[in-house]
Amino acid sequence: MSKEIIKIQDLKREFTMGNETVHALRGISFTIKEGEFVTIMGSSGSGKSTMLNILGCLDQPTSGTYEIDGVSMKDLSRNQLATIRNEKIGFIFQSYNLLARTSAIENVELPLLYNSAVSNEERRERAIHALQMVGLGERLFHTPSQLSGGQQQRVAIARSLVNNPVMILADEATGNLDTRTSYEIMSLFQDLNSQGITITFVTHEPDIATFSNRTIVLKDGNIIQDYKNNNIQSAAAELAKLPQQDH
Amino acid sequence: MRILNLLKIAYKAIVLNKVRTLLTMLGIIIGVASVIAMLAIGEGSKESIRSTISSMGSNMITIRPGTDDRGPARGSGGDVQTLTLKNYDVIKEKSTLLSYITPVVNGGGQVISGANNWPSTIYGVNPQYLDIKVVGLQSGSMFTDAEVKSASKVVVLGQTVVDNVFPDGQDPVGQMIRFDNIPFKVIGVLEEKGENTFGQDQDDVVIAPYTTVQKRILAIDYLNQIMASAVSEDDAPDAVIEVSDILRSEHKLMDNEDDDFSVRSMEELISTFSSTSEMLTVLLVAVASISLLIGGIGIMNIMYVSVKERTKEIGLRMAVGGKGSDILMQFLIEAVLISITGGIIGVILGLGATVFIEKFLHWPTSVAMYSIIISFAVCAVTGIFFGWYPARKASALDPITALRYE
Repeated sequence: MSKEIIKIQDLKREFTMGNETVHALRGISFTIKEGEFVTIMGSSGSGKSTMLNILGCLDQPTSGTYEIDGVSMKDLSRNQLATIRNEKIGFIFQSYNLLARTSAIENVELPLLYNSAVSNEERRERAIHALQMVGLGERLFHTPSQLSGGQQQRVAIARSLVNNPVMILADEATGNLDTRTSYEIMSLFQDLNSQGITITFVTHEPDIATFSNRTIVLKDGNIIQDYKNNNIQSAAAELAKLPQQDH
Repeated sequence: MRILNLLKIAYKAIVLNKVRTLLTMLGIIIGVASVIAMLAIGEGSKESIRSTISSMGSNMITIRPGTDDRGPARGSGGDVQTLTLKNYDVIKEKSTLLSYITPVVNGGGQVISGANNWPSTIYGVNPQYLDIKVVGLQSGSMFTDAEVKSASKVVVLGQTVVDNVFPDGQDPVGQMIRFDNIPFKVIGVLEEKGENTFGQDQDDVVIAPYTTVQKRILAIDYLNQIMASAVSEDDAPDAVIEVSDILRSEHKLMDNEDDDFSVRSMEELISTFSSTSEMLTVLLVAVASISLLIGGIGIMNIMYVSVKERTKEIGLRMAVGGKGSDILMQFLIEAVLISITGGIIGVILGLGATVFIEKFLHWPTSVAMYSIIISFAVCAVTGIFFGWYPARKASALDPITALRYE
């Protein structure tokens, strides 16, 4: 049995808005094992974003337990959470969130800047390696404005890989991309997953789920579905089926 | 996080916003440059006053009659005739801290030689005058005590008088001149001393035995002043007190009566002028400091805007593991980098301005090392002080909110 990366038990998150208490998550339990590719689905208001924030150690649950790679989130300080984010999680955002006017390689190096155990030489090497993994080995010194949306997201993916996280956490990572580029990115995720990298993908697009091996569906703060996908589509194959692009 | 990485990040942020950073720095640059230049002017004038006064003889002591406050209208110093030759003799005899002393009587008049004439001042003194004023002879000789005793009609001329009365370049020594129609024989020429800080031409003088001036020109029996020289500069203040005591008992003043004379050492004169120029310096520096303060506020303003503008970047940095302290340091270092760079440019500009002032306005300047060090320190403190609030704000951001900020 493979290692449990994420272990969530009876997780609740409540927000107080004036006099009202909003129950964003109402007691959720699940585990994610090493090497899984999980999509967390749900319409808006389902608790998806709250789930994402907690999974990403940006927010803490009101009650229940959350362990990532064997470390309990309970009662950790802001700084300790930052360290966990730095060492264990790779973030990918819908809007890429690259630093403007900053080269691809410097963007990728960013997480390692906050890890004092990594030397300057090692940082550069790992950034180059990560960019090669996402197929941008030739564009190390291009700035975001010189890259297409898909390429920018690849830089963001390289940035999420550079600190060798236990899990990549993607938030609507294909939301800003056209179908062709989405498939390219999903194909890249599948490649990375086949190399053993655990991926959690939060989305509201159902077809993204067909590329993952497990889907968790949230509704009104509860899990209404959690199923293994026995018919995983290949994003590369889907990409091939699309009509040829005009040149 | 290593400080070097932080410096790199801050440097990048500054380089990416060159024009804005430069405009932000402007306040600091102007502030520092003006502080440096103002202090240089202040120090320069202070030094030039000091050196002028020293060249006049730094252990010189002058004794003048006091103001006349017995009548309804107060006269100026020197109006009264309280200083006499007898006073001079007593001071000379009793004082222990004076090395040289001379009576001084002076009056204006026309120096005439042949077809040339020149208005000047004649000083009646004794030969010790040269030692007190620390001035030598360029040619000829000084009159002797014997010539003083006999009230000889001999004079020693200053260079300005020589230039105007003997314009042909002939040697004045041995020539005859007339001062107020009284013929004098020129026996020597004083060394050139030039103008002093107060713009006085120190070479526009005629020196003669005081007896001659008293009897033959002014027809008075009192003295305008007594000049003396303390044994050393350190003894000057004590010498002032000693002379005052002698004169008080000589003038038979009661304990409750004010001095009817004044005794001044050069040291007092220096401090009088220094305090004037010091006050001026303080005012100048205060004005310059205000500009530095405004520069600081400029930094705060731009850092505040920068934090707002880069909220999303801050969120991202936090998401990938940047701690609050890292963010705080990043913005603080950026602010300090801006202020210190501004400081460096300001110092260079200030030094340039100083050179310009010296060269083209001919004002005496002197750049004090401490002004540069203080400017730097103030810049660093300004950066930290005004950078703190925006940086603190950045570091306290919630990463979730920051990431969603548009």
